[in-house]
This record gives sequence, C-alpha cells and structure tokens, in this order.
Amino acid sequence: MSVISVDTDYDNLTLTVTADFAAPIDQVWELWSDPRKLERWWGPPSYPATLEKHDLIPGGEVTYFMTGPEGDIHHGIWRVTAVDPPASLEFTDAFADSGGAPVADMPVSRITVLLAERDGGTRMEMRAAFESRDDMESLLKTGMAEGLRQAVGQMDALLVR
Amino acid sequence: MVVDALADEAVDEVFRALADPTRRDILRRCVVGEPSVSRLAQAYPMSFAAVQKHVAVLERAGLVTKERRGREQLVRTDAGAVDRARQALDELEMTWRRRVDRMSDLLAHGTEPDARNSTRGAIR
Repeated sequence: MSVISVDTDYDNLTLTVTADFAAPIDQVWELWSDPRKLERWWGPPSYPATLEKHDLIPGGEVTYFMTGPEGDIHHGIWRVTAVDPPASLEFTDAFADSGGAPVADMPVSRITVLLAERDGGTRMEMRAAFESRDDMESLLKTGMAEGLRQAVGQMDALLVR
Repeated sequence: MVVDALADEAVDEVFRALADPTRRDILRRCVVGEPSVSRLAQAYPMSFAAVQKHVAVLERAGLVTKERRGREQLVRTDAGAVDRARQALDELEMTWRRRVDRMSDLLAHGTEPDARNSTRGAIR
C-alpha cells in the first residue's frame, strides 16, 4: 500500500494524504516536475490530462486540459506559489477557459506537496485546502468541483465496465 | 452530462457557505431542535441582522430550511445537504488515492508501463 494515511477534516475542508513510495525522492519529484510524467497520473484514465504550459517556478503557471470520454474538454490552471525541488511544491488549482485564463467565480483549491526521504524511499504528504477566507481572500472561492469532476469521471469509468 | 451538472454553481455555493466558522456553528446548532433566528442571534457576539445574513447564505446553499411559525422563523439543518458536502470531500479522497496509485505504478514500472509485462498492478 502506497497510501499510509488519509486525514479528512470536514470542518476545515481539508484533505491530507500521506503516501510512501519505494523510489528515490528525485524520481518522485519528477512525477511533478516533468510534464510528460505528470500528465500520466494527474487525470484518471477516463479523463487523461494533457499538459500545455509547465512553468514550475514561483509565480509560474501550469496549464492543462482533461479530455472526457465524449471528447469533452476541461481546462485547468495551476498558479505556482512556492517550489523547492525536490522537497516541496505549493500551488492553487483552478478552472480555466479554453484560452487558459482562470475562470472567475469558479472554485480554487490550494495544494501543498511535501517530499522527504524515508527508509530508502520517499514519503509524500499532499494537503488540499478548500477554505481559508483570510489568506485566500483574493481567490474568492472555495470548493472542490475539480475533485468532484475527476471523481465522477472515475466512477463513470467503473460503471461502463 | 453528469460531470457538468456536479461541477456547477450549487457545489460552489455549498462550500462557500461552509467556509465560515459561524455558519458551521449555526449548522451544528440547528441539527437538533429548531431554534429561531432570534434565539440563534443571542448565541453570537454579533447583530441580529448579521446572524440573519449568515442564515440566508446557508439557506441559499440549501443547507438549512426556514419555517415561519407565528412571529418566529425557525431554522433547521438539512442533514442531506451537509452529507453531500462531506461526500464531496470523500470523493476527493478517492481521487487522490487513485492518483497515488498511478504515481506508484509509474515509479515501479518506469516510463513505459504500457509495454510492461507485469503480473501485479495489471488489474484495475
């Protein structure tokens, strides 16, 4: 099992997933830093992701789209707020229009990823937060439709089998 | 399509409503009993109007219902709506569990998992 623990905080609307990988930290980092690798796991099989722009630097943007089973296209954008290879990454994930611009009035989530060497492998802690009116005032929205969309995509895939 | 139906404003509205500690507290208080807006207002160091506004946000998001009884407005939490919000978080958990599985797969089988000849991880 890769996933060590999952902490779901319903009050604060945060999800923390801790996972151990039997691979060196640099390889785990590459899953985030190499767009060709990132697009192979970010979207579920029924909604594969295609990375367009991938500027993994503070202030940089990562743009992608996911293609659904009916050819439907869903754009997303990360705004990178902090990067410290290979140990940490912080960004917001939001919906985007077809031009790659964030869509106003759509949900934004803040994702923090921490990597650390552990027992010859790598431990990853991923925290997704959907509220924090104080430090996310400028982001305006809370929500998790992106997660919902992906989860529903995965359920669709299960149902058609 | 289902995906679009769920990723709509309603979901956003629910989470915006839940993002405020006072509103979450109102939800908790209104699960049992049906306090009136004025009784709720006594519980918080804020004006009646402010509490009324919070209740209105919750009502718009479908998390509470209001019922007029005599002069009072009784507030009740819609447990089903709160459950749906929790479910959304559970579904997000599933999304990330699957992502971690895919990451593991990629790490274990390198860059060509499609060409791999594996007995493990082939079944999904």
